[in-house]
Amino acid sequence: MSWGSLENFLAMGGYAFYVWGSYLVTLGLIVAEIVLLALRKRRALARLRLDGTAAQGDR
Amino acid sequence: MSGNINWFKYSSPQTFFPLAGRLASWFGTLAAIACAAGLYLGFFVAPTDAQQGEAYRIIFIHVPAAWMSMFLYLVMAFWAGLGLAFNTRLSGMMASAIAPTGALFTFLALWTGSLWGKPTWGTWWVWDARLTSELILLFLYFGFMALQAAIDDPRRADKAGAVLALVGVVNIPIIYFSVKWWNTLHQGASVSLTKAPTMAATMLTGMAVMAFGFWFYSIAAALMRARCIMLERERASDWAADYARGSA
Amino acid sequence: MLAAFRCVIHRDLLLAARRSSDVLTVLLFFVIVVSLFPLGVGPDPALLRTIAPGVIWVAALLASMLALQRMFASDHADGTLEQMLLGATPLGMTVAAKVFAHWVISGLPLVLISPVLALQFDFPQEFLGVLALSLALGTPVLSLIGAIGAALTLGLRGGGALLSLLVLPLYVPVLIIGAGAAEAAVSGLGGKAQLLLLGALLAFAGAFAPWAAAAALRISSE
Repeated sequence: MSWGSLENFLAMGGYAFYVWGSYLVTLGLIVAEIVLLALRKRRALARLRLDGTAAQGDR
Repeated sequence: MSGNINWFKYSSPQTFFPLAGRLASWFGTLAAIACAAGLYLGFFVAPTDAQQGEAYRIIFIHVPAAWMSMFLYLVMAFWAGLGLAFNTRLSGMMASAIAPTGALFTFLALWTGSLWGKPTWGTWWVWDARLTSELILLFLYFGFMALQAAIDDPRRADKAGAVLALVGVVNIPIIYFSVKWWNTLHQGASVSLTKAPTMAATMLTGMAVMAFGFWFYSIAAALMRARCIMLERERASDWAADYARGSA
Repeated sequence: MLAAFRCVIHRDLLLAARRSSDVLTVLLFFVIVVSLFPLGVGPDPALLRTIAPGVIWVAALLASMLALQRMFASDHADGTLEQMLLGATPLGMTVAAKVFAHWVISGLPLVLISPVLALQFDFPQEFLGVLALSLALGTPVLSLIGAIGAALTLGLRGGGALLSLLVLPLYVPVLIIGAGAAEAAVSGLGGKAQLLLLGALLAFAGAFAPWAAAAALRISSE
């Protein structure tokens, strides 16, 4: 499959809205899930460290 | 003898946590490779469809997303059932780790299906058996997540979610067949979605490669989420505190 | 065991009779929801005739869901549920009895009043029987599935909205087949196939749902 030019590729034979609408939303949601997971892990670790320092302060 | 591996060794969060981390990065890498290859096949190798033009290229994410949405519910119910049967902590964590990714793919299947339907059938939505079942599947995922979110005690959340997931699994075939039957009674001769167009071999290959990509991604995402859940639930344990100190 | 079964039904019905306003509330909700539809879609008799089974079924779904929360809540609050969990009677049997009593209180009145409501929609008189029979077979299934949801959400905050989120997707087959029975009868196909399917759903749910609800009750009251 040869598209000839970038414009042709982006135009998707007139179906750009539907094709790119599908792909961009998919990409966006997957990236969002990864970012949310990374944030969740960072939050969990921060809480754990907070617990750790609190426990040391008790001693 | 591979039978000598003690699988129960990995059913405790402490031993599973590092393994899950390694597996997540491997499957994440595999997912990236498979998706890149699948997109290349889908956009640069597969020819233009004779009837649908370029619009059909949505198929490379739509069909794999729909497959994953159903498959992940089954996997989730499998872990849930395992958790109820053997009372292992890890099973429940895996079930709740899979649910959001399953809901994500269900939503994507609906979203891309809608965007595919508009140019090809001329409508954003039809009450077709598959679309309707997919919508109800999304509601089932939401119900599972809402139930678990409403319960504070993690053990009760796991078990209650497991009962709901198993009831849902029993219901999915009943829902599918009732919707299908309802649809054949009501649908006039508007659109026929059952006609499978003859697909070029490259299209099928691209779709299969993308399906593997989504599958590996689901594994990676579920394991990453399971690691978060482990850290949140095992706050009082030494290994979690050690890990937090080590990664500072 | 049958004595215990009868005893639970008798007790629940007696309790409901002493607080009959609860029963009336569900029934009135059903009547009002059904009566709202002509106001929303217009009084065209042809349109009303076609939507009648669907409207009545959706309203029945919502009404029976409204009553679900109460299925185990008061027993949970006053400690009776603990006794039932510890008692010698298998918990599934107790749950089945409670579900039956719940249906008599919240489902049966809907079945009995549905022909009157269908007449408001100019629904053909000769098919009123099919509609009522489909409700008579379908509403017990709703109570059975709902019992699982009620047991899972027992004592949770936001129980009502959560319960509807869990239970309504599972109600879909009952809704489709139940409303389909009256529609098929009107269109001349006869609703027999749908009624048989509803009977099959009832037998299936009756055999399994009480045990699933019993498992859920044990989890919720640990």
